[in-house]
Amino acid sequence: MLTEGSCLLRRMEISVAEAEKRSGKNAVSIQETYTVYLVETRPMDAIAEGHNPPPDSLWRRYSEFELLRNYLIVTYPYIVVPPLPEKRAEFVWHKLSADNMDPDFVERRRIGLENFLLRVASHPVLSNNEMLYHFLTKEHGWKEMVYETGFQAKADSRLRALSATFRFFSVLQRVADRLYAVYKVHGNYGRVFSEWSAIEKEMGDGLQSAGHHMDAYAASVDDILEEEEHYADQLKEYLSYAEAVRAVCRKHELSQFELEMASQDLISKKQQREELATGIVRTFSLKGMTNKLFGQEAPEQRDAKLNLLEELIAEGEETVKEKTAECDEHAEKAWADIVRFKDQKDKDLQEALINYALMQISMCKKLAVWTRLTADNYQLSDDS
Amino acid sequence: MSVGAPRGLASSGQKLITEILHPLSAAEEPLSPGPDVTISAEKDKEPGLTNGTPVEISSPASASVLLSRLQLDGDPEADAHDPFGSGEPRDLFVTVDDPKKHVSTMETYITYRVSTKTTRIEFDLPEYSVRRRYQDFDWLRIKLEDSQPTHLVPPLPEKFVMKGVVDRFSEEFVDTRMKALDKFLKRVADHPVLSFNPHLNAFLTAKDLNKRQGLALLTKVGESVKNVAGGYKLRARPAEFCAMGEYLDTFSQKLGTIDRIAQRILREQSEYLTELREYGAVYSTWAGSEEQLQRPLEGVAGCVTTSCGALEDLSDNMSQDFLPVLREYILYIESMKNVLRKRDQVQAEYEGRLEAAVLRKQEDRTPIPVEVEKCQDKVECFNADLKADWERWQRNKRQDFKHLLTGMADKNISYYEKSQAAWESLITLLQEKQTEDKTSETN
Repeated sequence: MLTEGSCLLRRMEISVAEAEKRSGKNAVSIQETYTVYLVETRPMDAIAEGHNPPPDSLWRRYSEFELLRNYLIVTYPYIVVPPLPEKRAEFVWHKLSADNMDPDFVERRRIGLENFLLRVASHPVLSNNEMLYHFLTKEHGWKEMVYETGFQAKADSRLRALSATFRFFSVLQRVADRLYAVYKVHGNYGRVFSEWSAIEKEMGDGLQSAGHHMDAYAASVDDILEEEEHYADQLKEYLSYAEAVRAVCRKHELSQFELEMASQDLISKKQQREELATGIVRTFSLKGMTNKLFGQEAPEQRDAKLNLLEELIAEGEETVKEKTAECDEHAEKAWADIVRFKDQKDKDLQEALINYALMQISMCKKLAVWTRLTADNYQLSDDS
Repeated sequence: MSVGAPRGLASSGQKLITEILHPLSAAEEPLSPGPDVTISAEKDKEPGLTNGTPVEISSPASASVLLSRLQLDGDPEADAHDPFGSGEPRDLFVTVDDPKKHVSTMETYITYRVSTKTTRIEFDLPEYSVRRRYQDFDWLRIKLEDSQPTHLVPPLPEKFVMKGVVDRFSEEFVDTRMKALDKFLKRVADHPVLSFNPHLNAFLTAKDLNKRQGLALLTKVGESVKNVAGGYKLRARPAEFCAMGEYLDTFSQKLGTIDRIAQRILREQSEYLTELREYGAVYSTWAGSEEQLQRPLEGVAGCVTTSCGALEDLSDNMSQDFLPVLREYILYIESMKNVLRKRDQVQAEYEGRLEAAVLRKQEDRTPIPVEVEKCQDKVECFNADLKADWERWQRNKRQDFKHLLTGMADKNISYYEKSQAAWESLITLLQEKQTEDKTSETN
């Protein structure tokens, strides 16, 4: 079915084409409205040959994307899995309520979901995953299939992003709200300047243009906030990736720790075996003392103990071997992933910061030009 | 009319004639020494009025000098160097500056230096420098209003401030007040009638301003207008004065609205500033936990901080330069409306008396009394003064608001430019970094 090592995205065109509202009964039989997204796929070879076959498609809810991601995170603990867009419309810009049905939010989500799929399908390891392939092609029964893998047993409770990111975005949110208020209040000038110009003769035109300027100024805030939203989205992506990296590191630390424990346990068991076998107590132990005091055990008991120890040692050696392999694997893959990710993400963020600065500059320039034009206009039209 | 003096009053220059040959005083003092005042007696009464040298306010120019001044009547439109547009060559320059705090056992107060430079012969010296406090300005204004009720006297900044709310001795407050006092005095000095008022002369020259002297300096004009009988109802206000009243009402309303909006903007800007500061701090904190991104993030924090500073400057400008002018004009309008009301009263009195006199004449052939004719002169005089002052006021208003609005525009542009410069230097930093990274990669 899937040849090892070839990237899924090379063989299949993937997109999240549309979003639609649905109504239905949920798991606890309550009627709810939710959004579904159309996942379309087309085989690349057909396109290359010049045919234009209609895409295969199926509908997926956000929760199904989440399920896929959680499954991948658990299945590949050393890999940084690409992030999903926000679950809830928590950070809303100057709108009255957090509305998951809001068209802007839905559209941003659609784009985010498509990006997620494209990134997963182009990842050298993740793209080979069977559940991913079924997610893209098998509309019904996919969820059950995933649950059947039993992955949830291994699920890490640290799947959610930490609250550190929350502070940044709540500040950004408040800044946007305040900026909006400042601009909109300026808009009130528009009307009063216009009314004032009506009672003036020489000054009238100048005041009119000042009023128009105020109206235009107030209206410009919507564009500004849209650009700020875009910037915020880029930052969110960066920060949630950072969280995923931290999770990977913690997992690695945990594996290291388990290996240590297994190794120590093996060492102590081997020592016990030696003591039993040779009767020589190398290290001080209470058992050794009591043996000396109360006499040694019977030979049958000693043999039974030795046999048990041998079994345990054999198991322990297996465990250590596994854990070591795991750690090595982790170390190598995690390191490669982290390096690749961090470097790329830093570059992406620098790019985002440059664009943010460019946006600020263009805004300042525009406002300066507008103001200068209005002031000059005022001077010209006022003949006094 | 017994007085054959010309009374056409179209342009500001001719006012001087009116003052000398005032219809109300002409019968008693033909071509009297200058403005109609009785000062000579007072000079002996009040020895306190000294300035080191004996002050002689009492010998005004002869009529010929004044007449020659009239011929220098310049362009009525304001020129670039004469923002208050008196149209006459300026020969009286005043400045208010150098605030100082005085602490005594009874009270603490601020005085300002009032400097005068002049070539007018009403002044003994070409230069004066005295110290005055707000009370003194207030005294001057009241005296001007009383003695020249037919003219529009410029307003003073507000007298009372809530002691708990505003710090009367803060640099900001004192500076704003001083600028307004300076403007007041300059407007008076540029007024072709008010600037010759002896109270102004005393204010500018006396070392110690003795305010009790004022009573004796009341002009006949002032007295007669002050003693207008009330209780007469106005029949028909001339259209142009109706228009003035309506204009003032609407204008005052609009200014009030603009003031409220401006205050709201200041509040919103202040809250925005608070959030923006925290925003910058968050970038700094974040930078602390990064390696590659530390400099870029610190850079962003820096830009945000610069923007905060520039915005603070803009807000200060608004509250120190923009709002005071709005408020001053609102006060100006109030005092102008009072003058209009006074005019109405004067006209009403005339109409009332005329009606009564006409009736009596019809009854028993009693001729129209001189009083009634004097009233008519009063009305015409008032109307003429007011019309001329109105034109001057409109010109000044246009100048002031042009200056104000373009000034605010400049301050805003300065804010944008500062912000832009900060972000531009960040771009340079970031792009340099990108190049650095690329070259280190290929190595």
